[in-house]
Amino acid sequence: MDAKSENSNLIAGDTGDWEVVIGMEVHAQVTSNAKLFSGASTEFGGDPNSHVSLVDAAMPGMLPVINETCVAQAVRTGLGLKAEINLYSVFDRKNYFYPDLPQGYQISQYKNPIVGEGEVIVDLLSGERVIVGIERLHLEQDAGKSLHDQHPQNSYVDLNRSGVALMEIVSKPDLRSSEQAKAYVSKLRTILRYLGTCDGNMEQGSLRADVNVSVRRPGDEFGTRCEIKNVNSIRFIGQAIEYEARRQIEIIEDGGTIDQETRLFDAKTGETRSMRSKEEAHDYRYFPDPDLLPLELSQEFVDEIAASLPELPDEKRARFIADYGLTPYDADVLVSERESVDYFEEVATGRDAKQAANWVINELFGRLNKEGLTIGDGPISSAQLGGIVDLIKDGTISGKIAKDVFDIVWTEGGDPAEIVEKRGLKQVTDTGAIEKAVDEVMAANPDKVAQAKEKPALAGWFVGQVMKATGGKASPQAVNALLKSKLGIE
Amino acid sequence: MSVDRATVLRIARLARVAITDEEAQRLESELSGILDWVAQLDELDTANVEPMTRVEAMTMKMRKDEVTDGFCADDIVKNAPEEDDHYFVVPKIVE
Repeated sequence: MDAKSENSNLIAGDTGDWEVVIGMEVHAQVTSNAKLFSGASTEFGGDPNSHVSLVDAAMPGMLPVINETCVAQAVRTGLGLKAEINLYSVFDRKNYFYPDLPQGYQISQYKNPIVGEGEVIVDLLSGERVIVGIERLHLEQDAGKSLHDQHPQNSYVDLNRSGVALMEIVSKPDLRSSEQAKAYVSKLRTILRYLGTCDGNMEQGSLRADVNVSVRRPGDEFGTRCEIKNVNSIRFIGQAIEYEARRQIEIIEDGGTIDQETRLFDAKTGETRSMRSKEEAHDYRYFPDPDLLPLELSQEFVDEIAASLPELPDEKRARFIADYGLTPYDADVLVSERESVDYFEEVATGRDAKQAANWVINELFGRLNKEGLTIGDGPISSAQLGGIVDLIKDGTISGKIAKDVFDIVWTEGGDPAEIVEKRGLKQVTDTGAIEKAVDEVMAANPDKVAQAKEKPALAGWFVGQVMKATGGKASPQAVNALLKSKLGIE
Repeated sequence: MSVDRATVLRIARLARVAITDEEAQRLESELSGILDWVAQLDELDTANVEPMTRVEAMTMKMRKDEVTDGFCADDIVKNAPEEDDHYFVVPKIVE
């Protein structure tokens, strides 16, 4: 980041400028069939306590046995974050009491996480690029879920989530604005979804963030930070940071000091509020879990996963720009969702990639946005859209007619080539037919003909009339050429 | 004495163990005694000794990612003091 872009992120206070410093702990649910240490299902939305084994319920004498796939997914994620993989890592117990934590401790990794330092490249819409350091990634168990609105005096506890594998991905305090923080989480989510290690579904809680916020005078040491727990949407992350930075600046400017504390974001008010008082500050008394041996991986295990990594968003983006000549903006739009990029590549294969990008971004995404659909719900397959692009390419239809064909395929379905054939939408390239239309338009408008001979720009009006007369099917190139020669305005 | 009264009370609270003043007094000396006894190990130089994590040379067993367990909600809530529709029912948790 250069000094100029850094300055643009400063927040003006009453006594001068402030810089906000943000670090994130993202909890990402590992995509797996079974839980981290038991054979119970991870599926979302089961009946209460149906996806719970005696291990997850912490019945006496139950022992955890680690799920190999969850380990592989953590390694895969680490490799995707260009991070060092620790072949030796240790599971610890993090001790605290809560009704949704039957063990009385969470199995996590403390001193020896499975993944060490890495980085995430974040490109902002403004063109600014931030490289966010990853401090570590560790595996841990999720807790159960408490419901508070079922009963006036009681809470209800469902342990279906208890024991599901989470990756806690800890960033360095490298973020300097709410925009950067939001872009970082979006990018991280995209990478996880490319890797297939987390579905990134924030509504279902598969991805949530603890946000550490502090403020300082530019160039000063870090200020005291507050941790905003469990923010579960990217928009809320931005709101929470904006509010929290303002709150801290006001306190300091009024002569106060910031207490290091845990806070909650209230989505209804857009504010953060203190969650735990100081005397109840948690003391987790971490120690190595005696039920689990250290996790030792072979280099071959890691290498095998490395060999199976897909092309990641940064690589795809670079390739689209270099090989396809796409703009950085278009490339970003395409790579941000795995489904979008897969769809685009299917359309682009064997075709003009730039034209394919135009149709995917402008027509398809435009229509999907308009109708509030995601790419998975859209009624046009990549093969159908590819078919339309083919028809333009070989001159069967004009770009304008292609939009009509797109509309027909969208609402009625069907094969584009067949639709064009059956409905007589083929572009008229037969010069005789076009010439006839040109002659008719010219004969009917002698005054315009005279004007156009003086002002060649008026020829455009004739093009429009001829296209109208031919139902839009005349080849625009052929119409232009004929008009120019007949009006004598070469 | 390495453990004072405040520490005893703090540990008791963290472990959710209710203790009387009498017990706290006794625990103060007992816990100190235990820690002092274990502290003898500090006399050894273990700077280059790997922590012992296992008696025999064995590596951690792993399970395959298959759903082999669960679907026994009746059993899970069987011993709960109170349940409703297979949920554990607990006193209201106030955030």
